[in-house]
Amino acid sequence: MNYLDYMQMTRGQQIAYKIKSFFTGIPGAIKNLISIIVFFFKTVFKFIGNGFKGYGQRFVKGDIGTKLSYLFMGMGNIFHGQFMKGLIFLAVEVGYFCYMIFFGVYWISMLYCVEVDIPNDGAGHHIIQDGVLGNQAEMQIPDALGIMHQVEGSDSMKILLFGVLSILISVAFFVVYIVNTKSAYKTQLVKAAGEKNISFIAEMKMFLDERFHVTMLFIPVVGLLSFTVLPIVFTIFIAFTNYDQSHQPPHLLFWWVGLQNFADVFYANPMKSHTFGMILAWTLVWAVFATFSNYVAGIILALLINKKGIKFKAFWRTVFVVTAAVPQFVTLLLMNLLFRDDGSINLMISAAVGHTVTIKWITDPLLAKIFVIVVNMWVGVPYTMLITSGLLMNIPEDLYESARIDGANAVQQFTKITLPYIFFVTTPYLITTFVGNINNFNVIYLLTGGGPASTDYYQAGQTDLLVTWLYKLTVTQKDYNLAAVIGIMVFILCATGSLITFNMSKASKNEEEFS
Amino acid sequence: MTNTSSQMKSGYAAKKKFANGVVYAILVVMCIIWVLPIVWLLLQSFRGESGTSVSYLFPKQWTFQNYINLFTDEELPFGTWFLNTFIVAVFSCIFSTLLVLMVSYAFSRLRFKSRKTFLNVGLILGMFPGFMSMAAVYAIMGLLGLSQSLIALVIVYSAGAGLGYQVAKGFFDTIPRSLDEAAKIDGATRNQIFWIIILPLSKPIIVYTALTTFIGPWTDYIFVSYFMKDNMQNYTVAYGLYKMLDREYIMSHFTTFCAGAVVVAIPITVLFTIMQRFYVSGVTGGAVKG
Repeated sequence: MNYLDYMQMTRGQQIAYKIKSFFTGIPGAIKNLISIIVFFFKTVFKFIGNGFKGYGQRFVKGDIGTKLSYLFMGMGNIFHGQFMKGLIFLAVEVGYFCYMIFFGVYWISMLYCVEVDIPNDGAGHHIIQDGVLGNQAEMQIPDALGIMHQVEGSDSMKILLFGVLSILISVAFFVVYIVNTKSAYKTQLVKAAGEKNISFIAEMKMFLDERFHVTMLFIPVVGLLSFTVLPIVFTIFIAFTNYDQSHQPPHLLFWWVGLQNFADVFYANPMKSHTFGMILAWTLVWAVFATFSNYVAGIILALLINKKGIKFKAFWRTVFVVTAAVPQFVTLLLMNLLFRDDGSINLMISAAVGHTVTIKWITDPLLAKIFVIVVNMWVGVPYTMLITSGLLMNIPEDLYESARIDGANAVQQFTKITLPYIFFVTTPYLITTFVGNINNFNVIYLLTGGGPASTDYYQAGQTDLLVTWLYKLTVTQKDYNLAAVIGIMVFILCATGSLITFNMSKASKNEEEFS
Repeated sequence: MTNTSSQMKSGYAAKKKFANGVVYAILVVMCIIWVLPIVWLLLQSFRGESGTSVSYLFPKQWTFQNYINLFTDEELPFGTWFLNTFIVAVFSCIFSTLLVLMVSYAFSRLRFKSRKTFLNVGLILGMFPGFMSMAAVYAIMGLLGLSQSLIALVIVYSAGAGLGYQVAKGFFDTIPRSLDEAAKIDGATRNQIFWIIILPLSKPIIVYTALTTFIGPWTDYIFVSYFMKDNMQNYTVAYGLYKMLDREYIMSHFTTFCAGAVVVAIPITVLFTIMQRFYVSGVTGGAVKG
């Protein structure tokens, strides 16, 4: 299927093709998702495998320096004439073991404590629990005179954080250790060949040239590791604990509960699973409507402005660009103010008809849902106009030229060239927007706050999306475990969506090569 | 014969005129729908009457007092918030831009063994909802002794910036590689190529990245609300303005809010308008090329 074939189809066929390829894309995306996960683990194992490959061999073939480096890092380098590098390896080893002895071992051992005496399990029972993060619950113990003394409890949150950190540091150390043995063996070979090993300064200079990528990526990767990867790993672990509002550190401990939270969200807890199902459904409905309403209206607006014979094009465009440029939170709060039950719109309508009218724009469950979609159009249509305007100008003029020669009229040109072209080119954009809308926190939260509240939902309102529910669970509810589960679900949704995009854009790339 | 054809022509012209008339009418109506709420905001910010919403558009009493109140109010210190936001925006703009340029240069111009793995891991990390792990980030900030501080905000906004390399990488990809190779033959290191050849050619993308990262802190609500909690002195404008609409403040601060919204909107609107042409090519550039 190439672009020309596509252009020759009727409009109906084209839309059918798009819809078909969207749905046929889903299994592919899931397959891709699985293959990416498999790829990820494969990479990790390959990495470990590569580390061990020749690990024993190198030891057998190694001279005294290389052999020593298996125990005392850097010895190989020092023996083979790279003092500075060897010392750095040695310093890393000393530093790591000091860290582990004084902190790391303690924190890791605290990650899973057995038979912990817990005076209050959150439901008021006194239990003995396995798999607790921390070995000591905060409690009051009477001394010989009968005076109560406070016993400090462990801080589960801190234990999990430092535990994860210690594990990550250990992984990093292991990598450096393997690099050290390789480096020792490599320098041994160079020395055996009768050559001189590269000096420290020369090696440092490589970081400005052959190894410049290390220099460039070092700081960004450290930033990502400490403020993105570490927190994400931490949060994923939280999904398997009972860190909720009744198990709040530092005063109370929490412990591992396996897949209980996932079970709760899917079936075990009627209220939570009902809320999850309803919110997931609304999230998808919202994402579909919000994406397509903006898309269609944006294209129509762009076409109107770019229509031949319309004057002041720059003026019209500027008006809409300026409204798009006003920060989103300002326009959204503005809309919230205007459409409150006692907001200006209701007051103006009341004044016009002569008696008090209260239209529940944001407090009626159904109307609120329609309202957020409509306001989202108000916010988003100028953006879409901006983007599709650029595309309209990019349509190759010779397409129209040849169509005119073939006797196509304006309507035919529009339906046979303009629309298919825009649709074809913007498909990746469309799906990116779809994924963006699944994550569209601002529009919902600032407009309705997720409301109107619903009593049969668990801490959520009628217009809440998964992400706003996640926010509420984190900020107001402090049910971190449930929030983590929801976060993982959103990740799976977005990953599937992104992979469909990826598949499609890969397909369109091939198509271009083909035609 | 000539008669009918000219009639047809004039009929066609009239039809076309009519069609254009309809388009103009639609455009005017749409303009009104889009501009009116913003005009409403502007007019309310000059309203002299106190209280919340009113049923009329034009103020009965015009005043500039709301803007003066905005910067003199001790209870809700908008001036401090504005300054906070500015400081955070400047620093996170500098750091983020540097990080983005470094990452995108490395992925675009340098070839190394684990490049593909890095790109895939970056792709996966980018799919987690941004604030999913904010409780953990908050805990880390607490351990670093930075809880409720502006430095924490700067770190949050810029530490993950490296993931947003796509647009800049796309730009670097368009710079001919022959430039690098020529420089390499002349004995330049990759470091020198970056500073002397690539950076001077990248002004548009530097401007684009700097503007987007500068605008970010002005519009973020989520992290500030969670990080600053009740520490009002360290709010940024987005959360501060949201606070003004709280039940306890809205009666006394409704028109002040409108003034504050205008004050924030003006600079951002200007910056965005400068940025939008880069924005369009950034978003669609990849799509057009496939």
